[in-house]
Amino acid sequence: MNLVLVDSGGANIGSVRYALQRLGVESRLSADPAEIIAADRVILPGVGAAGPGMARLRELGLVETLRGLRQPLLGICLGMQLLFETSEEGEEACLGLLPGRVARLPAAPGIRVPHMGWNQLRSTRPSTLLEGIGDEAQAYFVHSYAAPVTSDCIATTDHGLPFAAVVARGNVSGAQFHPERSAAVGARLLQNFLTGGRA
Amino acid sequence: MLSRRLIPCLDVKDGLVVKGVRFRDHVVMGAIEALALRYRDEGADELVFYDITASPEGRGVDVAWVERVARLIDIPFCVAGGIRSVAQARAVLQAGADKVSVNTPALERPKLIAELAAAFGVQCVVVGIDSQRDPDGEWRVRAYTGDPTKTRAPGRRTLDWVREVQERGAGEIVLNCMGADGVRAGYDLEQLRAVRAICGVPLVASGGAGAAEHFAAVFADADVDAALAASVFHSGAVRIPELKTALRAQGFEVRDVA
Repeated sequence: MNLVLVDSGGANIGSVRYALQRLGVESRLSADPAEIIAADRVILPGVGAAGPGMARLRELGLVETLRGLRQPLLGICLGMQLLFETSEEGEEACLGLLPGRVARLPAAPGIRVPHMGWNQLRSTRPSTLLEGIGDEAQAYFVHSYAAPVTSDCIATTDHGLPFAAVVARGNVSGAQFHPERSAAVGARLLQNFLTGGRA
Repeated sequence: MLSRRLIPCLDVKDGLVVKGVRFRDHVVMGAIEALALRYRDEGADELVFYDITASPEGRGVDVAWVERVARLIDIPFCVAGGIRSVAQARAVLQAGADKVSVNTPALERPKLIAELAAAFGVQCVVVGIDSQRDPDGEWRVRAYTGDPTKTRAPGRRTLDWVREVQERGAGEIVLNCMGADGVRAGYDLEQLRAVRAICGVPLVASGGAGAAEHFAAVFADADVDAALAASVFHSGAVRIPELKTALRAQGFEVRDVA
């Protein structure tokens, strides 16, 4: 399989690549639009803030490339947030592949931000991306901003309020948690993306 | 609901995992990769690796073992020790660590915290605080704790430092209560409660775990997000699967061991 990891500058790129290797799949790190367009599947990893993340994609001339992809695309953590229209983080216009605005998680008594640790996924509708992942499954999150629960959301998680943990719409999907660091649950999601990858 | 995390701490010295009592007299516990894998298999929620001699020796972390660990395990891990610049942190994160923890370098140059937060986001930035009660009753921080001959007391009050590091961009705080460390008599609940009261980011308790009930106590009484321990896990005195079963029976949310 021709699998491309978008070289978006995120610090978790190595970890995502290793997770794919543990599944027996080699991926290519690329910021070249032609290579990305030619891929069978594309993963957009990301750690950091929306502003620098989008600035990097613009600098590389990848905004239109990513918007135009027809093959399965998976955004991870910040990479998933960038799929939405806008982010409250730096009032940033994002890729706009999914409707909605990413907003900061409100802190409350007992609710600490960043949301850091293992939390439960609650499936909201069946999807190949979540096959084999039970309703009590936990995944590893670390983030301060979150995407809203819309009709594209296939699993939610609660931290003070419910937010989108996994999204899927056509060829576009995303995980707010880190599949590369979510043990068997994360490995299964990546495997599902590699074999299916469409909502 | 967010699970309480159990975090084995692996002190790294000369490429091996070691453990001391009250930060002294280190004994070799085993190879880094073997222990990382063992804890992953037992259901640890996260791992912390402290390169305990990097700061006293004035060097950065050796990223070769960081990369080996990143390839091997599929749970998050944090690396601490000797990270004193954005460039050093980037090397550790790019090698595959999920978070970096700064302690002595942050005390020496508090701006480092904001620099790391700007470069990688607050979620990557852990501030470790070694704290001890002084004869006057105040908790104050310690620096260079990896080497007892070099340990210093810069005079900062622990609670002031906890407030300051949050303002500067710490995404998580690990409070190591030195008086309790390695003694296995339980976490320093009084100090952890005082810090919890002013800590809005995730708080990790460190130092003093000796038995399963100590974990339940620190979650119940100090409401920490995670509990870190070394000796009790290394020795097998507390095993993570049984600990999780006990915690769940007492109503604490914990991640299932696969």
